[in-house]
Amino acid sequence: MTSFWQLVCRDLRVAWTEGGTVGVALGFYLVVVTLLPLGIGPDLNLLARIAPGVLWVALLLAALLSLGRMFETDLEDGSLEVLATGPLPLEAVAAAKSLAHWLTTGVPLTVLAPLLGLLLDLPPEAYGVLIVSALASTPGISCLGAVGAALTVRTRRGGLLLALLMLPLYVPTLIFAIESVRSATMGSEAFLPSFLILCAISLASLVLAPLAAAAALRFQLQ
Amino acid sequence: MKLIADDLASIRGGRTLFSGLSFTVGEGEALLLTGPNGAGKTTLIRTIAGLLGPAAGSVRLEGGGADRSVGEQCHYVGHLNAIKSALTVEENAAFWCRFLGGEAERIATALAAFGLDALRDIPAAYLSAGQKRRLGLARVLVAERPIWLLDEPTVSLDEAAQAVLARAVDAHTGHGGLVVAATHMPLAFAGARELRLGRAAAAA
Repeated sequence: MTSFWQLVCRDLRVAWTEGGTVGVALGFYLVVVTLLPLGIGPDLNLLARIAPGVLWVALLLAALLSLGRMFETDLEDGSLEVLATGPLPLEAVAAAKSLAHWLTTGVPLTVLAPLLGLLLDLPPEAYGVLIVSALASTPGISCLGAVGAALTVRTRRGGLLLALLMLPLYVPTLIFAIESVRSATMGSEAFLPSFLILCAISLASLVLAPLAAAAALRFQLQ
Repeated sequence: MKLIADDLASIRGGRTLFSGLSFTVGEGEALLLTGPNGAGKTTLIRTIAGLLGPAAGSVRLEGGGADRSVGEQCHYVGHLNAIKSALTVEENAAFWCRFLGGEAERIATALAAFGLDALRDIPAAYLSAGQKRRLGLARVLVAERPIWLLDEPTVSLDEAAQAVLARAVDAHTGHGGLVVAATHMPLAFAGARELRLGRAAAAA
């Protein structure tokens, strides 16, 4: 277990020292959400209506942007091979890297989302729901993303391939995340079911995705 | 403890690199893999480490920890050094020490052995190629593992560092450790046997 946390800590430290990927993801999220109203125009009713969708689509794209480097840096510097001969099974390595990705990307994006909601005139009652549903779904986004990151780790400029692979898999998360926020703004009763489905997707990804990611990594190391 | 390769074969990209390869490395022995470029030295080392599956045959360890795979009892030092440029020399060594389950005292000893103690607070990005290689090799000293797999360990090392490596290897074999090293250079490891890959693989 210590090896697991050591790996998580190292990834956090590298992310903190380099700063690049986290900053890019947050900056991308900020830019997309601020550009959109400029294109659509200052109709506050319209903005408030599309706010949940905009916030979630942009959050997914921002998370995707940072996924590509999850295993790539470790493959490039040879760490992945040493990790593979280490005391942790590759499944646990994938889980540790997913956890580190969630802490460095999922959590900052979750914190940024309500601030960007202000720019889109998101109704006050939606903020709590937005934060809660983002906290529930971002772990799943990171874990599931690890599978795509592992599959494309050897692909040069694999970012686009990663997006093509992963975005369809994120559709359920997207639908229920938007639905949960929209339910709060519309005052409908749909929050709890969509929220529970978001939790279910994350929990299932948490269990299954590291297995798939490890299988992909074993193949990539061959 | 005995590392046994039995009737190993490897096919990469449709080309048979070696087949029918059998050898044993016993306690305190060092095996040098030599042969021309593309003879399969790296492939053989990666196969022993369990990173590659052999096309035929098997690698097993006699008398080792039965609950752990051969790879888990190996220090694998490949062409790449497994160094994070953003971290300092000491942080790099400390991470591998803790991850691989070594004792914390070993970090300072390993850095001192490879002459890196003056550089410990410098980010690894600023190291020269030879210093990076030394840091990569220092990993074998931060945690105890019976088998060392070294793939061209002397690349970009100066003579002093090569001597340090030879001393470390001799100390390891002296304590009953096993070493398998791929090389183009003559390595001054005490009592090392040579296994020549390539055309002569069948005869070895």
